[in-house]
Amino acid sequence: MSGELAIRTRGLTRRFGALVAVDHVDLEIPRAAIYGFLGPNGSGKSTTIRMLCGLLTPSEGEAEVLGLHVPADAEKLRRKIGYMTQAFSLYGDLTVRENLEFLGEIYSLDAKLRRTRIAALLDEFHLADRSAQRAATLSGGQRQRLALAAATLHEPELLFLDEPTSAVDPQSRRDFWESLFNLVERGTTILVSTHYMDEAERCHGLAILDQGRVVAQGPPSLLMRDIDASVVEIEGDALRAARDALSRLPEVQSIAQLGQRLHALVDRRLPAPEVRLAQVLESAGVRAHVALARPSLEDVFVAATRRESGEEVRW
Amino acid sequence: MTAVRQSLSRISAIARKEFRHLRRDRLTGGMVVGVPLMMTMLFGYAINQDVRHLRAGVADLSGTQRARLLVQDAQATQVIDVVAAAQSVQALEQLLVEGRISVGIVIPADFDRRGAGDDRPRAQLLVDGGDPIVLAAARGLVSLPVSDRFANPRLATARAPPTFELRAYYNPERRSPVHIVPALCGVILTLTLVLFTAVAIVRERERGNLELLITTPVQTPELMVGKIAPYVVIGYAQVTLILLLGRFLFSVPVQGRLLDLYVGAGVFVAASLTLGLLISTVAQTQFQAFQMAFVTFLPQILLSGFMFPFDGMPWPARWLSEVLPLTHFLRIVRGIILRGASLGELWRDVWPLLLFFSLAISIAIARFRKRLD
Repeated sequence: MSGELAIRTRGLTRRFGALVAVDHVDLEIPRAAIYGFLGPNGSGKSTTIRMLCGLLTPSEGEAEVLGLHVPADAEKLRRKIGYMTQAFSLYGDLTVRENLEFLGEIYSLDAKLRRTRIAALLDEFHLADRSAQRAATLSGGQRQRLALAAATLHEPELLFLDEPTSAVDPQSRRDFWESLFNLVERGTTILVSTHYMDEAERCHGLAILDQGRVVAQGPPSLLMRDIDASVVEIEGDALRAARDALSRLPEVQSIAQLGQRLHALVDRRLPAPEVRLAQVLESAGVRAHVALARPSLEDVFVAATRRESGEEVRW
Repeated sequence: MTAVRQSLSRISAIARKEFRHLRRDRLTGGMVVGVPLMMTMLFGYAINQDVRHLRAGVADLSGTQRARLLVQDAQATQVIDVVAAAQSVQALEQLLVEGRISVGIVIPADFDRRGAGDDRPRAQLLVDGGDPIVLAAARGLVSLPVSDRFANPRLATARAPPTFELRAYYNPERRSPVHIVPALCGVILTLTLVLFTAVAIVRERERGNLELLITTPVQTPELMVGKIAPYVVIGYAQVTLILLLGRFLFSVPVQGRLLDLYVGAGVFVAASLTLGLLISTVAQTQFQAFQMAFVTFLPQILLSGFMFPFDGMPWPARWLSEVLPLTHFLRIVRGIILRGASLGELWRDVWPLLLFFSLAISIAIARFRKRLD
């Protein structure tokens, strides 16, 4: 049984007309952990989350969330989950406290519990001095903290966060993740979607989505270790020329520029790829420093999405 | 020169873009054709200032052949349609109070003897004076000649007295506020309440609040009832304000019981709010909701009997107006305020409102899904 699993899906699919937004997704997400959906816009992250919340009916496949079938048992699930939508969905013309009071009543928290929960959340999310301020006038980071406070007000077992940090500065993002880890420590399961590599790397488990399909799945460290390519880093002044020279090689799967460096993903069957690439660059007259590098999550992402789409991904 | 050309091409770009918007917004596009179509049909066919076919009742106390001929002649003018017969004047007045008829013909027992040289009118015309157009139309009957086929034609003189004595009930002074204020009560409620709730759910959807709300344990009926409840209070505040203004500025007192009026208004307020709610579950944007609300206003205001009497309309228009809440409320509010009718006597117009409310809220609840697909 799925006692220790928070979410389990089999062949979960959602079509919008001819478009397949989510394409036969199989997931096994353990409890009391942060699980990440990493993927570009349109990769099916939000659609999957909405199906798991019971907001969208799957076209095919099945999903079990906290032991309940969705969407059939979606209503029973409501009290057990919290959902932070991608766009701010609290009431801008209500104050911070009024928003929380409202949701507390909707979730039928009794007056006493409501008071203590709201006080605790205002404190935890540094909103106590903003409690009488209207939500519309909050900064992006404050708004996002309020949204998380609202989503966790009723102490849900499972929290869905749909790109929670997309409109937030880096410091707020760090604080936000701090809060997420606190929640997980208390036993909450968190499913978060993101398109930030650094956030994805913080997750306990990760599914990389591309065009509605899961193209890689596992803990980030394992994904980086088991990447299906060698990563070669090229440093130098003539990166454009280096890129032109290397992209012609059949064994180079993709090349991405990271500041003053290039990361080339090379077929892992090629022995000593850094030597081969250095030779190619030298014969092309490009001076550069070439070395094997530790794969980053971005390399994993590029390798995974490239293999699936069958064409070269350029960054 | 190029500046002018560039300017023209920018204007043209904006104009063409606007056409694209219109073509893709089916509702607005539909209104381009729909509004003139509806207005023309309504004004052309349904709205008839030359009122005919007023519902009439007859209390014939004489029972003579001549009296029957008079009623036949009155009917032949097409000003009235006799829809009821009463045994007494009281029974006829009751029909008037209940709003079943707007004109009553009383033919006295001594009908045949009257007119034979005496100056008294031969019969009475009881008219609901709450509507000046009805009153004016009924006045056309006053001098209807009595066909004295059996009498000596020499008796018919040029200076014959009028056939009917006209008695305008409920508004003897014929003041227009008496006619307008009660009806305005219904029109104002319609204009404000339908709009309030028409945007109620669409607004939450547009602002993104709905996606959060539908993942909470809130149930659809709870959401719907919670949404309209505050506006019932607002509706009552508006009714009170209008009644106070009517009473103290325009001297339009409430003849019937205030409790009846408030209960009747409550039913109408609920019906109007659910109409708005229904719009809110159909419309995708607040602007669309406004447009749809506007589309429901036109027939309500034109066909309800507010601007033009109900009796002048052809049957399709009447049938349509029987569906509209305002039609029934106008009858209720005029009945209670002007004629002193009780809500029980106006039951005919109460149950359609209750039915409308029940159907509309059921459809709204059924249409609303706690889903995004």
